[in-house]
Parts: sequence; C-alpha cells; structure tokens
Amino acid sequence: MCLRFHILITAITAVVILMSYEYMATQQIRAGEYYSLILLGAVGMCLMSSAVELVLIFIALEISSISTYVLAGFRRRAAISSEASVKYFLLGSFATAFFLYGVALMFGATGSTGISVIAQSLRAGNTSTLAFAGIALMFVGLGFKVAAAPFHIWTPDVYEGAPAPVVALMSTGPKAAVFAVLLRVLFEINAPGRLGLIWVTAALSMTLGNLSALVQHNVKRLLAYSSIAHAGYLMMAYAALPANGIPAVMFYTATYAAMNVGAFAIVSHLAGAGERYVTIEDYAGLGRRSPLLAAALSIFLLSLIGIPMTGGFFAKFYVFSAAFQNSLTGLVIIGVLNSAIGAYYYLRLLVVMYMKEGGQEIPIAPTPLALHAALAISIAATLYLGILPGRVIEFASRSVRDLTQ
Amino acid sequence: MAPIGTLHYLVIAAALFVLGVIGVLTRRNVVIILMSIELILNAVNLNLVAFSRIWGLHGQVFSIFIITDAAAEAAVGLGILIAFFRNKETVNVDEIDLLKW
Repeated sequence: MCLRFHILITAITAVVILMSYEYMATQQIRAGEYYSLILLGAVGMCLMSSAVELVLIFIALEISSISTYVLAGFRRRAAISSEASVKYFLLGSFATAFFLYGVALMFGATGSTGISVIAQSLRAGNTSTLAFAGIALMFVGLGFKVAAAPFHIWTPDVYEGAPAPVVALMSTGPKAAVFAVLLRVLFEINAPGRLGLIWVTAALSMTLGNLSALVQHNVKRLLAYSSIAHAGYLMMAYAALPANGIPAVMFYTATYAAMNVGAFAIVSHLAGAGERYVTIEDYAGLGRRSPLLAAALSIFLLSLIGIPMTGGFFAKFYVFSAAFQNSLTGLVIIGVLNSAIGAYYYLRLLVVMYMKEGGQEIPIAPTPLALHAALAISIAATLYLGILPGRVIEFASRSVRDLTQ
Repeated sequence: MAPIGTLHYLVIAAALFVLGVIGVLTRRNVVIILMSIELILNAVNLNLVAFSRIWGLHGQVFSIFIITDAAAEAAVGLGILIAFFRNKETVNVDEIDLLKW
C-alpha cells in the first residue's frame, strides 16, 4: 500500500514541478525555496501514507501542512494570496489541534499510539467513551485536511487565492496521503461507529460541493467546490466493506490526482501574469484559439464528470458498487444524483469553451515543453485508468490483506 | 481531601481545550487566535502527560514532539501573518475578506 501511494505522490510532485517552471516565470517570482518547499511537502506526504504510528502520522501531517501553508502565500505581493495563506494556516492548525486531541484520547483509551496495537485493543472489546471521542476528533482533523463537508469552508477561499500549481499539488497530494491515513484509522483500526460518521460526511460533501459549484464564476473556485464533491464520493468508499472499499479508495485517489492536476496545469497556463484570467468567461472561444489546450481540458472535465473511457468513470463505478455491496442504497442514490448535478457545471465550462465567442481576446502564451510533458502525463494516466483499469485495481487489491490482516 | 488523580488532570485539560476552541471561534485578532490554538495544544500535552501515569513514558515523549511542532508552527504562522500585514495592514479577521463567494 505504501509503495502505491509513494508512486502516486512522486508522480504528482513531478508534474506539479514541471508546470511550475512556466508559472514562476510568468508571475516573475524567482525563488528556489519554492521547489524545496514542494519537495519537503512531498516527503511529508510519503511519510504520512506509510506511517503506522500516530506520532509519525502527526509529524508527517505537519511537514506537509506547514509547507503548503507557506506555498499558498507564495505570490507575496498579491493580497489574496497571503490572505489565502493566513486562512489556510489558522484553520489548518485548528484542525491539527483537534486531531491531536483525538490522538491523546486514543492513547488514553488504549495505552498505545501504534495503529496495530490500537486495533488489537479495540477488537478485544475495548469500546470506552474515550475511544469513541478519540476517533471522532481524529476524524474532524483529517476531514478538514481532505476538505470534506462540514469542514470544507476554507477550501474555495484558499484554492482561489493560492498560486495555481500549488493548488494542483494541495488538492491532490496531501489529500491522497490523508486518505491513506484514513484507510488506516477507519479500516485497520476498524473504528467503532464509523458508518454514521461517514454517511453524514459523504452525503453532505457531495451535495454542498456540487450545489455550490453551480453558481461559481471563477474556474479555480469551481474546481475547489468540485474537489469537495469528489472528497464526498471518495468518503463513500470508507462506508463499504474493506475488501471493496480499499481498492476503490486507491483507484479514486489516483484518478482524481491525474485529472485534477491536469486541469490545474491548464488553468495555471491560461491565468497569465498576476492570475488575471481565471473566470469562466475568459475561457470563451478557447476551442478555436487553442484547440490543443481545449481538447486536453475537455478530457479532464469529461473525466471529472465520469464519462466512460476516462478514469473518472471507473473511479465512480468502483466507489458506488463498493458502497452498494454494503447495502448503502440511500448513499448510492445521493451519489448518483450528485453526479448528474455535477455534470452541469463541467459541461457549462465545455460549452463556453467551444460554443461561445470571447468578447475581448485574452492572450494565450505559447505552451512550453515542460507544460506539454505535464499534460501528456496527466492525459495518459487519465485515459489509461479509464481504458485498462484492471491492472491498477488488482495492484490496489493486494493491499487489502495488509490492512485487514 | 481526595488525592489528585488522573481524572482531575483530564478535566483541566478538557477545560483548556474548550477555552481554546471558544477563543478561536470568538476572538477577532489573529494573534489571539494563534494563542488560543496553542492553548488547545497545551491541553493535548496535559492529557498525554496525565495518561502517562497509567501507560508509561510514551505519552511524555509524544508531548515533547508536540511542543517542538507548536514552536515551528508558531514561527511559520507569524511569518505568514507578517506577509499578510504588509499587504493589508490589519490583523483583524473581520477585515480578511477579499475572498468570498
């Protein structure tokens, strides 16, 4: 399981660095520490996904969070960027404090911070109030990091203000890592009372995310709400049985990373100096002015909707069927309805790109080689997961045994 | 008078935690919010050290990790706050309002 998440996180980091070259040049930020912060964050994420000890999980969580707090404010001269950074920092450290309080209670209930010892103790019938409270508080902290409702308030603000490549990183990398932690906390520990917790979170995230995305004008904000909705779909898998849920979670994180990083690569290219062009209207006529970029963005958007032949379809399929097999019909119905709502705002962007003529022509810079490479990797991953999902899902299924003994 | 037991420490820690949460939610000054977050972290430390009476040293080691991390977090947080202050000249959360939907 660790290996799989390490590959995913390294790939995300590589693609983000590829797209950052051009972005940093356009924004006229010359700072080497940007790249070292990204790498530091990646180290934290990798550690987080392979840690089996709550102390290490906490330290890794902090390594990745602190570097993303700083990265979010990297456009220092722009007030919205530093504002995003302040908001992210305040709410992020608040959430970490909740997580820690949960860990402390868990330690009190079971006498250990090792995941396997905690799991043994809970299996042996230790269901004290402390353990329940610990799980709930840890869930609050982790739920914040993956932007699941009702802990999602920061997401749209931070995604709008932070530099676009940084958003590409923090909407996929730390999320994947925290979902790996959730796999351990919810499945390996076999957390008591998790079903109700997840049911509410998943339903709320999907519904709030999709409904709020309908009224957005800023593309980064729209993708932020879409990421809340996707966190909701992903949460559904945690309500399933481990044998189906774990592969579904792994497949979904990989697919979501591929399509979201790709979409943000294009957003960051089109944003231009000072991130001026980020509204949906700015994308009008993109299909005529830059057919290649428009085609690439279309693939990512179709995948985000969940159209067959793209990874998004199988990701949703596995999650929904995993939840269905655990007879969570109500949750699946909410999920399917939400996918239908979600299709509307992605299609709206597609319609604007291909069928509307732009009022004023916004300049499109020539695409540099690094961006081509970044897009090629994302498209290849999105299509591969959509056409030949079998091998990846089989690879993911192998970690079921590690996690459930 | 009853001797002071683990439960007493836990109650104090819970009280600190609640005070911290109230502070974060009601105070308007970013620096005071930061201090409230530190209060929650100290509640966690108190909890861990109190549980160490039952379960052994492990909790105390963890609390040293948390103290170190709190220092790092405060350093980064104040840095971020200074960067923000240069743009907006305020530390009041009611005026952090550029990003809204």
